[in-house]
Amino acid sequence: MTAVTPPVSFVPKDFASDQEVRWCPGCGDYAILKATQKALAEVGATPDNTVFVSGIGCSSRFPYYLATYGFHTIHGRAPAVATGVKLARPDLDVWIATGDGDGLSIGGNHLLHVLRRNVDLQILLFNNEIYGLTKGQYSPTSHRGTRSPSSPHGTQEEPVSPAQFALGAGGRFVARAIDTQQKQLVGILKAAHAHRGASFIEVFQNCVVYNDNVFAAFTERAVAAEMQLWVAHGKPLLFANGTRGLRLKPGTLMLETVTIGEAGITEQDILIHDQTSKPLALMLAALQPPTMPVALGVLYCSPTACLPLAPAEGAIDPAALPQRIDAALHRGDTWTIESRAST
Amino acid sequence: MDQINPPVGSQQPRPTVSRLPLESAVVRFAGDSGDGIQLIGNRFAIETAQSGNDLATFPDFPAEIRAPVGTTFGVSAFQINFGARLIKTSGDAPDVLVALNPAALKVELPNLKRGGTVIVDTGSFSERNLRKAGYAGNPLTDSTLSDGRTIEIDISRLTLEAVKPLGLSQHDALRCKNMWVLGLLYWMYGRERQSTIAWLGKRFASDPLVAEANVAALNAGHAYGETSEVAGDITAFSVAPAPLPPGTYRSVTGADALAWGLIVGAHSARLKLFFASYPITPASPVLHLLARQSELGVTTLQAEDEIAAVCAAIGASFAGALGVTSSSGPGMALKSEAISLAVAAELPLVILNTQRAGPSTGLPTKTEQSDLNQALYGRHGEAPLAVLATRSPADCFDVAVEAVRLAVRAMTPVIVLSDGYIGNATQAWRVPAVTDLPEFPVRQETNPDGFSPYARDPETLSRPWAVPGTPGLAHRIGGIERDYETGNISYSPENHQRMSDVRAEKIARLAQAIPAQTVALGPDRGRLALVGWGSTYGPINRAVSLALEHGDAVSHIHLRHLSPLPANLGELLAGFDRVLVVEGNNGQLRALLRSQYLLDAEGLNKMTGRPFTIDEVERAIRDRL
Ligand SMILES: Cc1ncc(C[n+]2csc(CCOP(=O)(O)OP(=O)(O)O)c2C)c(N)n1
Ligand code: SF4
Ligand SMILES: [Mg+2]
Repeated sequence: MTAVTPPVSFVPKDFASDQEVRWCPGCGDYAILKATQKALAEVGATPDNTVFVSGIGCSSRFPYYLATYGFHTIHGRAPAVATGVKLARPDLDVWIATGDGDGLSIGGNHLLHVLRRNVDLQILLFNNEIYGLTKGQYSPTSHRGTRSPSSPHGTQEEPVSPAQFALGAGGRFVARAIDTQQKQLVGILKAAHAHRGASFIEVFQNCVVYNDNVFAAFTERAVAAEMQLWVAHGKPLLFANGTRGLRLKPGTLMLETVTIGEAGITEQDILIHDQTSKPLALMLAALQPPTMPVALGVLYCSPTACLPLAPAEGAIDPAALPQRIDAALHRGDTWTIESRAST
Repeated sequence: MDQINPPVGSQQPRPTVSRLPLESAVVRFAGDSGDGIQLIGNRFAIETAQSGNDLATFPDFPAEIRAPVGTTFGVSAFQINFGARLIKTSGDAPDVLVALNPAALKVELPNLKRGGTVIVDTGSFSERNLRKAGYAGNPLTDSTLSDGRTIEIDISRLTLEAVKPLGLSQHDALRCKNMWVLGLLYWMYGRERQSTIAWLGKRFASDPLVAEANVAALNAGHAYGETSEVAGDITAFSVAPAPLPPGTYRSVTGADALAWGLIVGAHSARLKLFFASYPITPASPVLHLLARQSELGVTTLQAEDEIAAVCAAIGASFAGALGVTSSSGPGMALKSEAISLAVAAELPLVILNTQRAGPSTGLPTKTEQSDLNQALYGRHGEAPLAVLATRSPADCFDVAVEAVRLAVRAMTPVIVLSDGYIGNATQAWRVPAVTDLPEFPVRQETNPDGFSPYARDPETLSRPWAVPGTPGLAHRIGGIERDYETGNISYSPENHQRMSDVRAEKIARLAQAIPAQTVALGPDRGRLALVGWGSTYGPINRAVSLALEHGDAVSHIHLRHLSPLPANLGELLAGFDRVLVVEGNNGQLRALLRSQYLLDAEGLNKMTGRPFTIDEVERAIRDRL
């Protein structure tokens, strides 16, 4: 192919497919879709080179609504399918859309391994702390006591924290965002896209039907400033409009919140966010309301070698392949049967 | 390349030896896992092949990784059947058994042919080893070996003597025992030593003393034969070359032939090969071979489980590569849901099942043919796909190429059934020249005009393969039922009926693209047909050929294509008064043929973890004629 295609730039609506969106009105998934379309346009992605792979769940309907290549697979297996796509075609831009049930229950194993292998793709985990598509059963991220059709007396189980799981699995890019906070979400999606390796984004997503307001403790307008700590690399870990911050509790390896101006605390005392520090990321990911704000933004970003590895010595010349195969077939002990004179 | 040179004149067996000519022979080497049995078995096979015989071998490893020395469950064996005629199986009962310790004798003696010869290393028949093998007395002195011929040699002592000048430790010196035996067997069958000597030099290049010791043992074993010949203790045999078609040969296991077939098939289709698998006995050797072929453009992934393996292969196929996955029964069960996805999404996919004895963990190292029903029906929904079976190690190559051809032709998953026996057994294989093989380059879609991901080819009913990255073809596929025309999600009842019908018809139409069923041996119609699939090929074929020599009216029909069945199969089977289906399960093909053709087929079935013997099949023929 010799023709040089002129660079075309796409706008967000170029990434919208012609399919009618079927989520419940008010579902947080709409906002994530919008932010993703915007981020794709802003990073200069093209529909032809972008692939969205998903599992099963409300969230996994995502690929149908994007005008890119898309594959809606089976429950929990999107990371495995996406790994195959990326290994077969390293030039493609691969994204995974998954839910808290899809990614952390039935597909927990695959999520673990796509992160560990550090496959170069982006993972969007829509965490609504519920099984939406199957009508509201509790999920592995549901907090203790969640009442649902399958847990009428409230769950007895401890939930898994997606971001902590991702860090534990060896994820090299771990971020958190909120569905409706578009500006930050778009920024995080772009950062994830820029990262080489597996990028994991937990999006707190409100399921209006089966788990409405489950994140209200930190997403409600009235408490947002107090309960959301947006981290930025190289910046102090401040929240509540810069009036409060985090520091290491003296003499311990624990974070504590402090108020600027109280007890002689100044901004100098506040920890600076270092997105390359895994211990810090682990501590930030563990912060929980009501006693602590929720850490949001890029908690951890520390690139390392990823899959697929660049081919060592360029592509294989297809014309040379038959000879190479022939040579391989003859390697080792061979013998020759001469043609016999016919009798 | 270790091209073996033809034997040089000076190495020819000395003409003074009078050798008893044989048409074929079965030799079984047995000893402790640590005795190097597989090694000498393989070397013997290579020398045998080089002398122009046809052959088939079967390694019989212990199930235990490191069984305690001297125990019966630590016995490792290697069987070879070679001859002046074409060889179809690794042989029933051995003519000659080499037992390097009491445990090997204990395990293997019951399988020896009546009147067969046993060669024992008396040096290993210590009180302790006898007890470990579970012998109350000493089989060398009691009546255990009264049947047939026993050649008792203190191989241990003779090996120690032979390598003594080299000053090895007793332990290292005794490890040359296998070479001593190999030398003796080389003499017995008139084999050359030269290439083995060269090979030993290479193998122990870093330790010339050990190389020399092994050569000394090999020569000593050979010399022992020569001297005893004079005394008339041991019979020497000669086996003339077999009428094999000319060409370059190598020995190949079924597993390796599958791997090579995939590589060649992908090349013929002009596709990149992507292979994902999770280790499981006896399927893993395919992964091992392919993992070494990155210079042939092969990408392999050791997935986290079988589900991930098949899913990654599906992802690779979606992305335009040839996705292949491989497993054995338990892993196949895990892949089931994803295979249905590939059926629904209509993506090419090759799935290898090297069957083992089940259910559950079953007998992982033993063979069985009990996953046919799983391959044909083991999915949710109506999920038709193509199923092929390999009949021998060398056949694995052709079947793998065929699987690729069908997968890309119909955009469908294809299951290939091999088994533990075929996977591990070796056969002489005529190496094809890649450029001589038929090609079937795939045309992936590039034209955006009027593109629909589910538009169908009117002949094959296959949908276009529109690969991500292709300009203007961005589309979405998935497991939810798709509209017949547009491929968009559709819950319409009529549409589901139509899509179910077309998926079935697409596989049915593959019957037009596969060869008509032929009769492997015997007349095209008559009194009795033996029908088989997979690894029963060898025993059925040999038994039928013996029966035909006998003048019996019997035929052998062997199926490679199990879904769809060859278009003429019903008619062919109708031409026989009786149909006997021989299979290593409880009658799975038989049930299929009965339901498909309303045919009163009988079954010869066996589920012992072992292949059929020729004798068992012969008896079944005799019972019916
Ligand atoms: C093998 C299999 N088991 C169960 C289901 C049913 N199922 C579909 S989606 C789902 C849970 C989805 O929850 P989540 O991943 O949180 O997605 P959400 O709908 O909340 O976005 C379940 C159990 C299925 N489709 N496949
Ligand atoms: S059930 Fe919940 S998650 Fe699913 S679409 Fe409706 S609101 Fe969204
Ligand atoms: Mg959910």
